[in-house]
Amino acid sequence: MKILFKLAAIAAAFGLAPAAIAQPAAAPAQPAAQATQPSAPPTDAISAESQANPAQPQDSNSPQPQEEPSDATVAQAVNFTPTTPTVGVGQPDGRMGLQDQFTPIGEEAAWFHDWILMPAITAISILVLLLLAWVIIRYRRSANPTPSRTTHNTMLEVVWTLVPVLILVLIAVPSIRLLAHQYSPPQADITVKAIGNQWYWTYEYPDHGIELVSNMISDEQADQRGEPRQLAVDERLVVPAGATVKVIVTSNDVIHAWGIPAFWVKIDAVPGRLNETWFRTDRPGLYYGVCYELCGARHGYMPIAVEVIPREQFAAWVASKGGTMPGARPAAAAAPATAQPGVTAGQPTEATPAPTNIVEGAAAQPALSRESTQTE
Amino acid sequence: MTDTTANAVHFEAAKGHEAHHDADHKPGFFARWFMSTNHKDIGTLYLIFAIVAGIIGGGISGLMRWELAQPGIQYLEAWAGIMNPGATFDEGLHLWNVLITAHGLIMVFFMVMPAMIGGFGNWFVPLMIGAPDMAFPRMNNISFWLLPPAFILLLGSTFFPGGNGLGAGTGWTVYAPLSTSGSTGPAVDMAIFSLHLAGASSILGAINFITTVFNMRAPGMTLHKMPLFVWSVLVTAFLLLLALPVLAGAITMLLTDRNFGTHFFDAAGGGDPILYQHLFWFFGHPEVYIMILPGFGMISQVIATFSRKPVFGYLGMAYAMVAIGVIGFVVWAHHMFTVGMDVNTKMYFTAATMVIAVPTGIKIFSWIATMWGGSLTFETPMLWALGFIFMFTVGGVTGVVLANGGVDTVMHDTYYVVAHFHYVLSLGAVFSLFAGWYYWFGKMWGKQYNELLGQLHFWLFFVGVNLLFFPMHFLGLDGMQRRVPNYAAAYAPWNEIATYGFLLMLGGLFFFFLNIIVSLVAGKKAAANPWGEGATTLEWTLSSPPPFHQFETLPKID
Repeated sequence: MKILFKLAAIAAAFGLAPAAIAQPAAAPAQPAAQATQPSAPPTDAISAESQANPAQPQDSNSPQPQEEPSDATVAQAVNFTPTTPTVGVGQPDGRMGLQDQFTPIGEEAAWFHDWILMPAITAISILVLLLLAWVIIRYRRSANPTPSRTTHNTMLEVVWTLVPVLILVLIAVPSIRLLAHQYSPPQADITVKAIGNQWYWTYEYPDHGIELVSNMISDEQADQRGEPRQLAVDERLVVPAGATVKVIVTSNDVIHAWGIPAFWVKIDAVPGRLNETWFRTDRPGLYYGVCYELCGARHGYMPIAVEVIPREQFAAWVASKGGTMPGARPAAAAAPATAQPGVTAGQPTEATPAPTNIVEGAAAQPALSRESTQTE
Repeated sequence: MTDTTANAVHFEAAKGHEAHHDADHKPGFFARWFMSTNHKDIGTLYLIFAIVAGIIGGGISGLMRWELAQPGIQYLEAWAGIMNPGATFDEGLHLWNVLITAHGLIMVFFMVMPAMIGGFGNWFVPLMIGAPDMAFPRMNNISFWLLPPAFILLLGSTFFPGGNGLGAGTGWTVYAPLSTSGSTGPAVDMAIFSLHLAGASSILGAINFITTVFNMRAPGMTLHKMPLFVWSVLVTAFLLLLALPVLAGAITMLLTDRNFGTHFFDAAGGGDPILYQHLFWFFGHPEVYIMILPGFGMISQVIATFSRKPVFGYLGMAYAMVAIGVIGFVVWAHHMFTVGMDVNTKMYFTAATMVIAVPTGIKIFSWIATMWGGSLTFETPMLWALGFIFMFTVGGVTGVVLANGGVDTVMHDTYYVVAHFHYVLSLGAVFSLFAGWYYWFGKMWGKQYNELLGQLHFWLFFVGVNLLFFPMHFLGLDGMQRRVPNYAAAYAPWNEIATYGFLLMLGGLFFFFLNIIVSLVAGKKAAANPWGEGATTLEWTLSSPPPFHQFETLPKID
């Protein structure tokens, strides 16, 4: 019995491991999961409002899911605490440059911007300024009363045509390389779907059976939570650190754009189109973004918050939202120990009615946990 | 008589010999200003119209700056309540979108374009090529008179429902589906009609300019002897003629999508919202060159005049504009880098966009080379021209940054873009407009402007707009999105500085208007050529103001 719990604890610590392995296999199943989406209860604006609270109780007064596991690791993993923002990370701070970057693409692009483009454009601007200053001083009327009649200098004209071409080619090489890197994402570890609505985002985790409605919280609430105004939301998009996250972006009404400056990510949410982008960050933390395409009255009121949590906590978070890790089900049949520790006897059945995330995976959950109870 | 063509002989017979000799015979007030066929009078009408539109468009930017001065929503609900008592929070926010839409459309279609092409183009293209008037004087008149109804439609749209509140809140780009299913009510239809009329006006104007330049040059005025301002208007006219019909088509499709159940831009009916963006920007990108090319032309005239030296590399300058015009048609999708584009497409548009920097660089360096070895004086027009060269360079190099598809990912639809296009328009196009205004003020109105007031205008405006727009680069790099009335607290300091900049700019504009009044009332009589040996184009051979009909005997150019 004790050994069983230890196994469970280890499984929790490596919660993502089975997911990462199972992902490629699960990927083909994804369209099917999407197809089942419409059968899920529609989340309209009203239910979105009522959803504003469920996120909070999780940390404050969530009933300790189970008292049985005495193991401390398990308890910690289950008791998921939302990340608090860090000043200067993943949010604006009034600086005179780019936000710090936390993805490989962001680092490459910021380097290109800060060390190639900025020096080049600063040098060009200063060159023009100096030339202007020189002609203003040297060729003012009192210094040069008789103007020259020079109107041509073929050599000079060829030079100032070819030198810019050369500079542009030098810029184009890293620029094109950056584009190529942006468009060659590594194998995705996790897929999330971001759907723009007037004026909030919904997030779906097709492989985890989770659906979130993310609304901006009021300035007062943001102050209370110590989060920046106009950027804080009730439901964050939570992803594990170090995982390559594939983001599928679309819209339910008009065009929105899903952008996180600290990740160098921005992609339009276009009705009728599935756009794709990706990011990967190793640093757990909270990263804010906003809707970047004019989408009507509350365009400035549908921010985005991405919470990157340590890998080992992700399974607990998934469980706290009533979802399942993709690897959990098949693994459970073979070795019951891999069942989510957070999802223990009885608890999921209680949780099921509350969230809107009633998708295939969630429905299958009770059976799964009953099975694990039996093995106990 | 088998000859049915209207040729001058028929009219001369009818009007009699006397009338024809009186070059200064002016019709009565109504006939002169409302039924005008005189390019100078129509140019004046355009300039007055542009100033009025500029006051309204600038006033709107003042309202926006006022609201943006601090984070949070301060005034929008109250403003929305003026026309719509009891306006809700959302209606207040919708008013914001109406303001940004109106500011963009007014400044583009009713201020910069009428001033540059209709105003200075009408006034000085015929004078500079030694023509008595435009090729189609009556078409010229209707070109102008399409604008007031267009403007009234646009302003009137703010009184009609447009979705979440009164007015069209779609942004000047009118993207579907926000402009179709996203905005119910007649406001957006009115805005679209307004664009149709303004577009028709510009197309007619473009036809007129092309015909005039190709057919009515004085003997000896070959294409390669034309002043660069004429070249710039010629290239602009071609851009207008080719780009505006595409806009007209796109917004007509918007209209049918809105009212007649078509689904051009509706994915649910097999259409594609991105198609609208392609059509819009196929027009929209040449449009930005339409707004700056005549400015290039004016700056060339001003720089040459006050350097007392011919333009350096004339042919390079002329064909650089042609190149900009041509390349301008094949770079449009750099406005759409985040729509979800194929990587190869993105690479192409990155490379093509950067190519534009080459002819633009040629122009910047040629202006400097024009001054090099010259004998410079710094009257007001020259100050604006010098300011233009540097500010346009700054706006141009940030354009090179934005051209990189990979970098644009983080900058798209942020204040960095706002800073960029205000540097090339508000500090580029508008600086060139002021340069032209002061350069030709005496020529147009017969009274010389006041130099002191002109210099005050320049310095306040120059410092003001830089303070206003430069911090926007920082806001954009830090991630602040465009088109929002409220923002995170971290953006507050730079927004506050920008607001101070706006106030300084406003101070500059005070001297602009004061100068107009002072100079027209008490200005010195302008000489035919107040600028001396540097002013070599044909308009300076005429009196100030020029006779009502000029060049009845065509000048000969060697």
